[in-house]
Amino acid sequence: MININEVLETNEMIERENLDVRTITIGISLLDCMTEDLLKLNQNIYSKITNVAAKLSDTAETIEREYGIPIVNKRISVTPIGIVGSSACKTISDYVSIAKTMDRAAGEVGADLIGGFSALVSKHMTTSDAMLIKSIPDALTSTSRVCSSVNLASSREGLNMDAVRLMGEILLELADKSKDRDSADCMKLVVFCNAPDDNPFMAGAFHGVTEGESVINVGVSGPGVVKKALESVRGESFEVLCETIKKTAFKVTRVGQLVAKEASKILDIPFGIVDLSLAPTPAIGDSVADILCEMGLEHAGAPGTTAALALLNDQVKKGGVMASSYVGGLSGAFIPVSEDQGMINAVEAGAITLEKLEAMTCVCSVGLDMIAIPGSTPATTISGIIADEMAIGMVNQKTTAVRLIPVIGKDVGDTVEFGGLFGYAPIMSVNQFSCADFINREGRIPRPIHSFKN
Amino acid sequence: MERIIITVVGKDTVGIIAKVSTYLANIDVNILDISQTIVSGFFNMLMVADRADSTVDFNTCQEELSKLGEEIGVQIKCQKEEIFDMMHRI
Repeated sequence: MININEVLETNEMIERENLDVRTITIGISLLDCMTEDLLKLNQNIYSKITNVAAKLSDTAETIEREYGIPIVNKRISVTPIGIVGSSACKTISDYVSIAKTMDRAAGEVGADLIGGFSALVSKHMTTSDAMLIKSIPDALTSTSRVCSSVNLASSREGLNMDAVRLMGEILLELADKSKDRDSADCMKLVVFCNAPDDNPFMAGAFHGVTEGESVINVGVSGPGVVKKALESVRGESFEVLCETIKKTAFKVTRVGQLVAKEASKILDIPFGIVDLSLAPTPAIGDSVADILCEMGLEHAGAPGTTAALALLNDQVKKGGVMASSYVGGLSGAFIPVSEDQGMINAVEAGAITLEKLEAMTCVCSVGLDMIAIPGSTPATTISGIIADEMAIGMVNQKTTAVRLIPVIGKDVGDTVEFGGLFGYAPIMSVNQFSCADFINREGRIPRPIHSFKN
Repeated sequence: MERIIITVVGKDTVGIIAKVSTYLANIDVNILDISQTIVSGFFNMLMVADRADSTVDFNTCQEELSKLGEEIGVQIKCQKEEIFDMMHRI
């Protein structure tokens, strides 16, 4: 029978160490909503989402109450709209109308965010995909809950440089359109290499075409729990360090598995995956950077950071994989800047640069995340940063992503406040040398060879 | 079996166990195990109970225990057992 120390340990994790379930995300296929008539398409999308996700909020509340575990976000992901809208959408504003419908539907069922305003263009863009991408600035500035993602590259298809170039321009346009709010709408847009079909985390969640009718995916969190556990093994060997992370990740993931199964049962929607990610928030004690410091670094970004992060990421997976029957999504340690107080401290101390963050993304999930850069950064430079990150994912057969916020009117030395879970971020400096002639070449980078691994 | 875990945390005082047990008896919840400990000066009590034959639903039980806690001046939580089982048992 469960003993008092075990109960106290669990409740201590929840009450003091910010253990929570970061998100329950319902994936909904919109493929059966497709029609040539835009009005009808919008009606179909609205009724499908509001029917399938009708009990999302109530279910999350019930689970929260019964097990005493906070569930921070309730979200929805849908089939990439670049596919769903391909027949009905003839103009950019047609796509914007779908974004507004998604926003309304998500609001109706009490979802915090809805993802899937997405295009999968790792090889080429269809006319529809290109139009959806061009509609992103209007779609995201005229809605509050819609998130957008674009898959620009994959290890199998290569890197679509035409789309990379376009995304640099789109990101700046989006930044400009929301400049009165410190370009905050850029937080709702992410680009990927090897985007997973079952990611429950925003802004990159979409319901892949390999998925079924609907699915429950759950993202757990718990950087604070790992940090606290490591406090008890200061100065111990790497073996002890790894064992401690593994055991903690196991416990955290088990909670995710329980919540996913319960939600699946109550909603009568199949359980998909648990995403093992260590997702930080700006709350004190909920930081991935603090875990790195606890391992023995003065600041995240110091020499040794990449090795420490590789160790952390691997042990989280090793512990988590055994705790859940199906693991998926992004699964690893997230290293966003603005959402992690320890990371913000590292930037302010001058310990971490964009280049070091890029190196860190080689060994963890997921990529350059929530990084504010000067609004004056040229579109080609943004595309260059994206291309670099995509290349890392493509060659190393891992998911990588870029979520940059070019803050119009602000420069290095300024700070930008996003509020709530999104935190604040010091503007980071960007390499000033040009890559315009490289980015302006047309076409794509061919798929990489999967042999001769060096 | 429908096991729940009741935890009481707060300043030690006379009659905490008596009051909680009386309430549980009144709603036909069977206590399976009780243990207690003092952590940093605070009284911590754990009860494992079976509410399969209870006359009230889980929510009511949870709310009334919480109210009882306020009256005594301690915090009483009531959770389903599975979260602890999942985390601490393979």
